[in-house]
Amino acid sequence: MKVAVIDYNAGNTRSVYFAMQRAGVDAVFTKDHVAIKSADKVIFPGVGEANTTMEFLRRHQLDDLICGLKQPVLGICLGMQLMCNWSEENDTECLGIFDTDVRRFKPTGSEKVPHMGWNQVYDLDSTLFPKELEQRHVYFVHSFYVPIGDDTAARCDYCQPFSAALHKNNFYATQFHPEKSGPVGAAILKRFLEI
Amino acid sequence: MLAKRIIPCLDVKDGRTVKGINFKELRDAGDPVELGKIYSDQGADELVFLDITATLEKRKTLAALADQVAHNLNIPFTIGGGISSPGDLEALLESGADKVSVNSAAVRNPALIDDLAKLFGSQCIVVAIDAKESGGYWTVHVSGGTKPTTRELFEWAHEAEDRGAGEILFTSMNHDGTKKGFAVQALRKLSEQVSIPVIASGGAGTIEHFVEVFTHGKADAGLAASIFHYGEIPIPGLKSELVSRGIPIRI
Repeated sequence: MKVAVIDYNAGNTRSVYFAMQRAGVDAVFTKDHVAIKSADKVIFPGVGEANTTMEFLRRHQLDDLICGLKQPVLGICLGMQLMCNWSEENDTECLGIFDTDVRRFKPTGSEKVPHMGWNQVYDLDSTLFPKELEQRHVYFVHSFYVPIGDDTAARCDYCQPFSAALHKNNFYATQFHPEKSGPVGAAILKRFLEI
Repeated sequence: MLAKRIIPCLDVKDGRTVKGINFKELRDAGDPVELGKIYSDQGADELVFLDITATLEKRKTLAALADQVAHNLNIPFTIGGGISSPGDLEALLESGADKVSVNSAAVRNPALIDDLAKLFGSQCIVVAIDAKESGGYWTVHVSGGTKPTTRELFEWAHEAEDRGAGEILFTSMNHDGTKKGFAVQALRKLSEQVSIPVIASGGAGTIEHFVEVFTHGKADAGLAASIFHYGEIPIPGLKSELVSRGIPIRI
């Protein structure tokens, strides 16, 4: 199986690459259009800032490429946020795959921003999630969130309920980091590779 | 609900784990990756690798360590020890580290925190603070706790947050190594005063100490070394007891 991990000027994208290795897949790190289009699966990872990353994607014509992909695509963290319409992070126009905006968390007393650490996911509603993962903990690091909407595929509560995952057609996305979520995350990545 | 985190801390020198490690299943007690893997399997929520190497080759050995850990572990980890420049941090992040902790270098040059946060984002910057209390006043120490500074714990934590720190790792030098409990009062004050997560370090000796630090101390995470290394408090037992006490914990 060919798995392409989209290479852009992001932080810790190596972890995704290593997670693929642990799942027995030798992924390629690439921004090459042919390599991405011809891959069986595409992962769009992300740690970074929305505006700079969108600029990078446009400069390399990766924006249209990602939107036009037909194979299963998995967006992670910032990757998921960039697959939405617009982000409050530096007023950024995004890819518009998921018809929703991205909002900044408003700290509510005891709840600190960023939302960082292990939190529970529930109402799992996607082929991406084995049912037994309901209420299990996964690892989040983010200050912006996607509200609950039509494409919500898993929920999490922090400040208010928000989308822990999205799913629409061949596009899958998680706000959490499956590559850092221990055995639960490994099960999700395995499922993605099996889709 | 966001879980409170249990974090074993591993001291590393020249790429090898130091301090006595007491695990029967461990083939190579000096291999930080193997030890990290055991903790990860036991349910550790995160790991901290603290490098105490004092050589010029440090940067290379640290990056190699980050690469090895990221290859083999699927939980977040932090690397700390002598990190003093954006270049140091970049090398570690590129090698797969999730976060980097800075201590002495940030006290000496606080603008370092701004630079790191701007370049790499607050989420990967842990500011570690070693402080010692005397007469109600917490003096920040640097160089592994050997040198007192003119800085005070709470004002320094505030400044670190304002400059872009993503977390504060506070070690009470009065409590470290005593196994008599964390600095609960100071931790509570710190947690109430900053709006970023606080990792409690120093003094863990019993399960009750973790209950205290998460309830009265309001800490977001509890870090310890020897009680885990010597198997005095196995992580699975600690976590199930915390759950039964109503503390949100990842199982």
